[in-house]
Amino acid sequence: MIPVGFAYERPDTLEGALALLAEHGEDAKVLAGGHSLLPVMKLRLAAPELVIDIGRLSELRYLRVEGDELAIGAGSRHHDLETLDVVAAEAPLLAAVARTVGDPQVRHRGTLGGSLAHADPASDLPAAILATGGTIVLRGPRGERRVPITEFFTGLFSTAAEPDELVVEVRVPRTGSSGWAYEKFTRRANDWAIVGVAVVDGRVGLVNMGSTPLRASATEAALADGASTAAAAALADQGTDPPADLAGTPAYRRHLVRVLTRRALTSATR
Amino acid sequence: MKVEITVNGADTSADVEPRLLLAHYLRDVVGLKATNIGCDTTSCGACTVLLDGESVKSCTLLAAQVDGQSVTTMEGLSSEGDDLHPVPAAFRTEHGLQCGFCTPGMVMAAVGLLAENPKPTEREIREGLEGNLCRCTGYHNIVRAVIAASGQDPDTVQGAAIHQGHAEVAPAGGVQAAPGFSVSSAAHASAATSTEGNAA
Amino acid sequence: MSIMGTRVVRTEDAAFLSRGARYTDDLELVGALHLTLVRSPVAHARIASIDVEEARSAPGVVAVLTAADVDLTPALLYEGADKAMVRPFLASEVVRFVGEPVAAVLTEEAYQGQDAADLVEVDYDPLPVVVGIKAAATDEVLLFPDAGTNTSNGFGHDKEFDPDFFDGCDVVVTREIVNQRLAAAPLETRAASAEWGQDGRLTLWCSTQGAQAARDEVAGWLGIDAEQVHVITPDVGGGFGAKIGADPEFALVAWLARHVGRPVRWNETRSENMTGMVHGRAQLHTLTIGGNRDGKVLAYRLDVLQDGGAYPRLGGLLPQLTLLMAPAVYDIERVESRARVLVTNTTSVGAYRGAGRPEATVAIERAMDLFAAEIGMDPAEVRRRNLLAPEAFPLVTKGGAPYDSGEYEKALDAVLEASGYAALRAEQAARRERGDIVQLGLGVSVFVEITAGGVFSEDAAVEVHPDGSVTVLTGTSPHGQGHATAWAMLANEHLDIPIEKITVKHGDTDLIPRGLGTMGSRSLQTGGVAVYQAAGELVELAKRRAADVLEASVDDLVIERGAVVVKGTDSSVTLSDLAAREALRVDSNFSSGAPSFPFGAHVAVVEVDVESGKVVVDRIITVDDAGPILNPLLAEGQRHGGIAQGIAQALLEEVVYDEDGNPLTATFADYGIPSAAELPSFTLLDMATPTHLNPLGVKGVGEAGTIGATPAVQSAVIDALSHLGVRHIDMPLTPLRVWEAIEGAK
Repeated sequence: MIPVGFAYERPDTLEGALALLAEHGEDAKVLAGGHSLLPVMKLRLAAPELVIDIGRLSELRYLRVEGDELAIGAGSRHHDLETLDVVAAEAPLLAAVARTVGDPQVRHRGTLGGSLAHADPASDLPAAILATGGTIVLRGPRGERRVPITEFFTGLFSTAAEPDELVVEVRVPRTGSSGWAYEKFTRRANDWAIVGVAVVDGRVGLVNMGSTPLRASATEAALADGASTAAAAALADQGTDPPADLAGTPAYRRHLVRVLTRRALTSATR
Repeated sequence: MKVEITVNGADTSADVEPRLLLAHYLRDVVGLKATNIGCDTTSCGACTVLLDGESVKSCTLLAAQVDGQSVTTMEGLSSEGDDLHPVPAAFRTEHGLQCGFCTPGMVMAAVGLLAENPKPTEREIREGLEGNLCRCTGYHNIVRAVIAASGQDPDTVQGAAIHQGHAEVAPAGGVQAAPGFSVSSAAHASAATSTEGNAA
Repeated sequence: MSIMGTRVVRTEDAAFLSRGARYTDDLELVGALHLTLVRSPVAHARIASIDVEEARSAPGVVAVLTAADVDLTPALLYEGADKAMVRPFLASEVVRFVGEPVAAVLTEEAYQGQDAADLVEVDYDPLPVVVGIKAAATDEVLLFPDAGTNTSNGFGHDKEFDPDFFDGCDVVVTREIVNQRLAAAPLETRAASAEWGQDGRLTLWCSTQGAQAARDEVAGWLGIDAEQVHVITPDVGGGFGAKIGADPEFALVAWLARHVGRPVRWNETRSENMTGMVHGRAQLHTLTIGGNRDGKVLAYRLDVLQDGGAYPRLGGLLPQLTLLMAPAVYDIERVESRARVLVTNTTSVGAYRGAGRPEATVAIERAMDLFAAEIGMDPAEVRRRNLLAPEAFPLVTKGGAPYDSGEYEKALDAVLEASGYAALRAEQAARRERGDIVQLGLGVSVFVEITAGGVFSEDAAVEVHPDGSVTVLTGTSPHGQGHATAWAMLANEHLDIPIEKITVKHGDTDLIPRGLGTMGSRSLQTGGVAVYQAAGELVELAKRRAADVLEASVDDLVIERGAVVVKGTDSSVTLSDLAAREALRVDSNFSSGAPSFPFGAHVAVVEVDVESGKVVVDRIITVDDAGPILNPLLAEGQRHGGIAQGIAQALLEEVVYDEDGNPLTATFADYGIPSAAELPSFTLLDMATPTHLNPLGVKGVGEAGTIGATPAVQSAVIDALSHLGVRHIDMPLTPLRVWEAIEGAK
């Protein structure tokens, strides 16, 4: 199937993109990797009048160690996270999680910024960034601002970004020496996670357990209190609201998240 | 809007709608029909091509997005009549295709995979091709083809005890006695009719 | 030297792997309009109104038509169905399934079609929806009030079962099991293009498994003589039974082309395909098995409810094959069965790889496992004690099937040995002892299947040309099976002309007016044998002519490298020379007179994570005995493909509808076709038991893998959990289903 017709602009600079976004507002959609937007447009579930292509802006695609953070340009492709040494060294959880997104062709195109802005609770990287901690850098007509990742996801497919703002950078703490693990449970290898659990440094991010990526706060608190892995993992579904679909009932997802959290915590502490 | 895309080394350009998918640009504007569309949800990978050397799904790209870039399709690997490029050649030798519809995308995905991982294991091949669906082959021979194309021995890399009981290589010119075939008119239990005649 | 039995790489592939194959939608058709269909988004409704005005004025639109504008009489798509259950070509008063075509939009450009189709406004008045087979059987909500019932047809469906049937059995087990609805999902969706000539003849290019059947069906629907229709089959991207003959949309394409006076082309999207192409399987079984504690099965009863979908098609016939094959490989004293076909507000059901036989096999194999569990005997041993003995062949079974040859115990022994069954059982016991999270399961299936059922006659022609090349004409219709290579091998065997010089043609009804196509694993044992026969007859003809030319006796002549040679001399004349003097062509027909019965056994080894329910197929060890193998490369490919689809049915695939008849698995993202990452490599053992039914002794191999693998894998997963009290899990054995079964047994 093919999209409803639209106008297309490919600005040469980020500033140009922001200007277009400010001008067109809700009539426009931003295209980065295009592997969240274009599938939706092809099914005609979205029909923007203008598509603003920022996928070729090299100024958004970088990885830089800055102090005790790794600064990731929002235009970095999943393939970059999967393969570049600096990610394996400084944010190995992200490298491992990026490797599980979709398939190789999708990973050559999909971007971190796009994945975060789309805010699908069933996506892998949002939950991994949530577990890693860090900050989302937004830029818009009012300048640049930073939002802690814990405040970034506000609801189903909703973020703290204003309609005229773009995610330009993701800053994560360097966690190269921390224990980490990602347990992604799928029916088929390139399916969305039925449930996923990302663990780094005692923090636990959950995939597909609610309308946003979630932290397993009860598990984290129990661990901080010295509870065993098993006891802490048994609390992983607290505060979650898992969906029901063909792949899983809420009861099954709650069970899975407890099992996967236990396995991820065990792997992370090896 | 005008787009200019290098396809299989040749300059192409056209005035297109922004919504024209790269897959349709290749098939309908450039006239290269090998790249196929098999689904609506970026799932099947039959449309896989190389974009500046990386495998991508051309059904989930606008021609406009790749203006100025370089695309390779399966037609760009081998010319009809010439020897096949090593990857499709291995698909032929290992019988890694049946109906052929998924094949152009599968071949390009394999080329992309080997560019990034020149000596993959069986598991790495199976996971590396997770974005390409085939309904005919069950993937067994596709895996062998990619192993062979990488210069490794399929029988070694694919795992133990996969094949039992038959010859691995056809002797050139055939075999002395056709194995299992014994033809006799006595065995022939049914009616047959035939006509000698002129060509239609 | 013989080419038979050698691994010859395909002649087709040089083109397939360079410029690519040429499928229906690849063909250029000058001046063609694009057809986009508007399809019903609701499962059961009266059409109150259709407004096409806005659509008609959309860019590029040449015409928008509804049923009122199209003069095609609704057609009965299965001759055995209730006569009231006809399918309109465009819905007029009622829509009966999500996806039913309601309006036709013709545009200059393809992209314009979807835009215009979105502007067609249809007002639907909802009717009650019936989706489940059992709900349909109550006849509370009728799809066809004129029929007065939702029963389309059946096979003994009104008979009463014998209440004393299981008398004398120590043990009787009954179970209701599901053989779930599947989507064939060939990678190439359906496509057709039509052009009418000045001479009033229709040329129809379409993606089909049989051009001649497609021609006859389309001609019938259009109300014209078959000679007025020329069907050409381009390369076909998979069929698996779902592209047998023609689809109603082909007639619509043709009718529209004549109506507007321009060629029309149609190529559906995947989403359309998932609701528009026939589905497979969709049977509900009640099975009952009775026997004694020594392992002997005495009685088996199979009660089948077939979901036919909204408009009965080939699915209405398939349960007859299920009943025919019900007792499978077993020597069971008493077998009774019946089947009923029901309509529901869903996509029509047709053939899908195995078409009625996988269903029979899953049922009897489940029954054997349940019986084994009840008497506490190893499932392989129970099977062994009930297999038909090789000395008994040929025989007619309790299901009425004329089995030709079989070595069932030999197949069972081969897979048990190759899999290391005893060691695996020990490993299983050890893991149970330890309470491992990952448990081991073993599933055994022994199966038989019917190939070339009802379609055991085929035509072929072989012609040698003056330039030394050869043309073979076949009535078969390959869509991946490699007939161009295989039939060339068969011709080469007699002619000794290299296969590179042998061109095999199929699928063009002007060139080949008679043919039954490719389905039911029939092609080699009918069409291939016909080619072999024709080539042999051509050699005899050539020898007679050469005898005159060379002034020799026919008995002294042999064929060497495409020439007729006087044995032991230099005296020869090439076949091409003979062809130059007088056309050298033989047309032949071969009919075996009966179907054949390939068989085999599979052992599936699975690992089940009992915490999460995830299943991994570790290995599958298979025997698929189809008699002597012409080209092992091609035969293995068929087995691989069948095994993969068989595993997929057991673990991953299911077409699901909600209670309102909305399809929930209508994309490749939702429908569980496996990728390479979900499957292992397969172990293929060789066994070749010939049939007496044709001179080559060959049977069919295309569907056997599917038939053997599904029950073996289902059985293996249940076996992995049997120590937890699990007795049965319906397919597909998704992680959710497996986990719920484990929880349920606690």
